[in-house]
Amino acid sequence: MTAAVSGARSVINRGLVLTTLGLLGVAGVMVLALGFTPVEATQGLAQKIFYVHVPAAFIALWVAVPATAFAGLLYLWLHDPRLDRFAAASAEVSLVFCLVVLVTGPIWARPIWGAWWTWDGRLTLTLFLFFLLLGYQTMRAAIRDPVERARFSAVLGAMGLVLVPFIHLSVYLWRGLHPKPIVLKPSDPSLPPEMLHTLLYGIGAALLLYIGFVTLRYGIQLAHDQREAADAR
Amino acid sequence: MLSADPALVIATGLARRYGAVRALDGVDLALAAGEVLLVLGPNGAGKSTLLRTLAGLLRPTAGTVTVGGRLLASDAHDVRRAIGLLSHQSLLYDELTLVENLVFTARLYGLPDPAASAATALAEQGLAERAHDRPRSLSRGMQQRAAIARALIHDPALLLLDEPFTGLDAVAGDRLRALLAMHVTGRRAMVIVTHHASEAWDLATRVGVMVRGRWAFEGPRPAGLDDFQQHYNEVARG
Amino acid sequence: MGNLLRLALVLAGKDLRLELRTRTSIISAAVFAALVLIVFNFARDPTAVATLDLAPSVLWVTVAFASVLAMNRGFLVERENAAFDGLLLAPVPREALFLGKYLANFAFVMLVEGIALPLFVLFFNLDLSHALGGLVLTMLLATMGFVAVGTIFSAMVVKTRFAELMLPVLLLPFMVPPLILAVKTTVPLFAGRPLSEVVDGLRFLAIYDIVFVTLAVLLFPAVVDE
Repeated sequence: MTAAVSGARSVINRGLVLTTLGLLGVAGVMVLALGFTPVEATQGLAQKIFYVHVPAAFIALWVAVPATAFAGLLYLWLHDPRLDRFAAASAEVSLVFCLVVLVTGPIWARPIWGAWWTWDGRLTLTLFLFFLLLGYQTMRAAIRDPVERARFSAVLGAMGLVLVPFIHLSVYLWRGLHPKPIVLKPSDPSLPPEMLHTLLYGIGAALLLYIGFVTLRYGIQLAHDQREAADAR
Repeated sequence: MLSADPALVIATGLARRYGAVRALDGVDLALAAGEVLLVLGPNGAGKSTLLRTLAGLLRPTAGTVTVGGRLLASDAHDVRRAIGLLSHQSLLYDELTLVENLVFTARLYGLPDPAASAATALAEQGLAERAHDRPRSLSRGMQQRAAIARALIHDPALLLLDEPFTGLDAVAGDRLRALLAMHVTGRRAMVIVTHHASEAWDLATRVGVMVRGRWAFEGPRPAGLDDFQQHYNEVARG
Repeated sequence: MGNLLRLALVLAGKDLRLELRTRTSIISAAVFAALVLIVFNFARDPTAVATLDLAPSVLWVTVAFASVLAMNRGFLVERENAAFDGLLLAPVPREALFLGKYLANFAFVMLVEGIALPLFVLFFNLDLSHALGGLVLTMLLATMGFVAVGTIFSAMVVKTRFAELMLPVLLLPFMVPPLILAVKTTVPLFAGRPLSEVVDGLRFLAIYDIVFVTLAVLLFPAVVDE
């Protein structure tokens, strides 16, 4: 095994370790949520999914997507393929996190609001993010030249990031035409301290999981790129 | 090795990577006005990449190109005025007539009298009667001449030609050789990429053989074509 | 600056001339708009939903899809003619290249909208004389924004496989804010409210336009320069 390929292997191993830790963290948070956190008065047991749903949404919107966009912008400046590799890995992981949000959202909503999907502002924003990321992946898959793929991904990422506040604003405006939901908003500041703590652990675990997944994905891509380079020579 | 005249186009340390592939791997060149560089090499050697980099269509990952003493960079647009390219693509619009195509080109280059420039360019290529025809109604040889008219309309100091003899019959080929010979002036330099040295041997003042992104040979044109062919075969295989 | 505009107009003029010669994009987009309107008409039950309630949505959905179709031509014409290199070779700043395409695309989309609107009025039997000014203004502002995004995206997708499918996939999320804002502005206008009441929506459309036109101009060189 050449030095380069073993370099990719070590990144993958690091990714596996971090991912495992992240998954353990998430499991730990679930235990904490189910066993050691008070049950919410109005929503009951269904509210527990909040500790998976909110961290996933938070990481997707505030960490994963901006990371993709900024890595892309840096790439446009520095032309370093590692930045593109990172941006692509982060985008894939964002997609997974969005999926988690979009699946846990309805599961949470159904027992409480009686409907699977209510066009809630946050969920709708996540739905858009999901489609933006899907478009990003589709476009990447359709471009063969790695340099062009990196440039175009960076442009799409930057434009997508700027779009997010506009989506948020216009969905908010649009929701003005729809009745508001009659339930607590998850970011309600009057969250009791135990719930807040569990939530923060949840976010920490999700962050760890994000870093683990991205490292893993980056390593896999690195190994793939190096193998292609070896074949080309 | 260089002539005494100041160089019209200088390239230093040109490199261009596509992922892990090194299309250009450290290429230097210097051409003075009146010189013609013939670029040979096997397929995939990087000849087209070199030409496109000299044309300003590709940004090199390392190295620089100066034309007429000015640096060719993606934001230095004025320098492009000095460059003309004849590529595989005709760069002409099928739905516009020849004269419309050339007037458009003249306007892009900011020429003072687009209509006159277009008419002159077409007349020089013997295409005046076909001025109001569309490119697709022309023969291959005539399409080539239309493309040349377009490439020369702004009187570029550096003319780049990418395999211009491909698909031309003997008569058209001779015509092209004569035309190019006419345009090798004291103010113009040319770089011709070709597969067969014989196609443009007499025109050339310098010859370069590119293999895997670098010069395997680059210097003044040797006297004898046959000896060179042998040398070339060895070098190109290397 | 004057040179930028001159070059943009030369480029847009070339595109307009090309399109008028072939007319394929304009005709397909216009026919598509008409078909969508007809389908909408048959797909609704006039007794169940009032026309006026549904009308703004129908108009803007039609405009959105027809516009994406019209914008497909964007850089496809350059690829088909293998002529894009010619534009990049010339001493033309990339901003002028963008502006030229943008102006041409804007003209085409406005043309398609100009065909869709009377058809819409005809099929849905509406009296919009009071709302016409505001409606046209809304159309202008909404179009300015998404045409900018459509122009830069069409430069990207023209180099990919499945270009015509890729453009809607990438573009539609970006069309949603102008769409929502346009509908929000149109509903009061159709109901006879004065223009002064919808100024907020128009203002947000203008902000969207400024932001995305600027972004597109800034990022365009990264797309076309290799």
